[in-house]
Amino acid sequence: MYDFAYHKPTTVADAVKILSADPEARPISGGQTLLPALKHRLNKPTAVVDLSGIAELKGIRREGDRLVIGALAKHGEVANSPEVKAAIPALAQMASTIGDTQVRNRGTIGGSVSNNDPAADYPAAVLGLDATVVTDKRRIAADDFFQGMFTTALEPGELLVAIEFPIPEKAGYAKMRNPASRYVMAGVFVARTKSGTRVVVNGAGPGVFRQAEMETALAANWSADAVAGVKQSPDGLNGDIHGSAEYRAHLVTVMAKRAVANAG
Amino acid sequence: MPQVTLTVNGASHTVEVEGRTLLVELLREKLRLTGTHVGCDTSQCGACVVHVNGDSVKSCTLLALQADGAEITTIEGLAKPDGTLHPMQEAFREYHALQCGFCTPGMVMSAIDLVQKHPQGLSEKEIREGLEGNLCRCTGYHNIVKAIAAAQDVMHGRRAELAPAAE
Repeated sequence: MYDFAYHKPTTVADAVKILSADPEARPISGGQTLLPALKHRLNKPTAVVDLSGIAELKGIRREGDRLVIGALAKHGEVANSPEVKAAIPALAQMASTIGDTQVRNRGTIGGSVSNNDPAADYPAAVLGLDATVVTDKRRIAADDFFQGMFTTALEPGELLVAIEFPIPEKAGYAKMRNPASRYVMAGVFVARTKSGTRVVVNGAGPGVFRQAEMETALAANWSADAVAGVKQSPDGLNGDIHGSAEYRAHLVTVMAKRAVANAG
Repeated sequence: MPQVTLTVNGASHTVEVEGRTLLVELLREKLRLTGTHVGCDTSQCGACVVHVNGDSVKSCTLLALQADGAEITTIEGLAKPDGTLHPMQEAFREYHALQCGFCTPGMVMSAIDLVQKHPQGLSEKEIREGLEGNLCRCTGYHNIVKAIAAAQDVMHGRRAELAPAAE
């Protein structure tokens, strides 16, 4: 690993100041993605800004018909949170399957969503639940936030502060994991909310995306049978040694059926 | 050079580190606690698992500076001063839960965290799932799972002594 300076600010304003002054500085929360990348010298930051001492980024709370999760909430905290389990059980269930126990004890929702790995779990829930990403500067709708592989609407120096999830009527998630890496080969998040029915695919493509045909089918008939006949096109999906684009396209329909079943 | 102050196995240490120094490097190279192993470069194998403020974490994927002020327990901190093994260590010995032993420190640390977080008890399936972050390339996990199942009864006070392994 290349060496870097280390900062540990205690306010969002101080963190943003350091990050804005130095475009080569990187924020770190749990570090479960950043540190492996640094170890492989895939990245050479001049400074690492540790966010873990910033109280404003912490906490999980219910605010009316929304669940607000601070950027520093660890996967394990979300999985075990009574507030999350009561309001959006599918989100707690999803969090309980991210990585492994040790990753869940360190990795955070803000880090996962900011990184937007195509095989990450959380982006599917953020988009599927029509959540709002709150940063130090503005509020961003999930539909505008995710912009393809490892790309988001966040500007340089902009920090994700919290995510606001509208509480859905029903939601469910299912994924097929790569048996070796445990990353998502194809996953589907389904939700029925006040603003409509959403079906989001992760893992299969270069980024999370909504599956419009399945949304229409589920809006008309909320059942696993409704999505069973909808085929996902393999065009643009990922194909690699772990599975072809055609295989992943097939998995999308299978995972959609399971996600609806999980939602109940 | 920045300094980090942390408590390791009950003893306080203040150590000079670089920004990039990993917790496992501090433990192994500065404190010479070489029971914590490094088996991979990808945060997958779990040989480096230690407890940080009571939670199992991969010490190869944590900067030493991120552990400033933390309470760390490593494999060296489990046995009593008179050499009496922790019930999990004793179970690994009784159930022959290792061959080469390289993954064992991480397995034991993960297993203790797993058992402590599930006072209601763990099924075989839950133990296997709970070990997802630890790789063993010798035993096929079978005896590791048996050892953890036996150790949890002692750790939770359901048995005074470890159930002996079958002949």
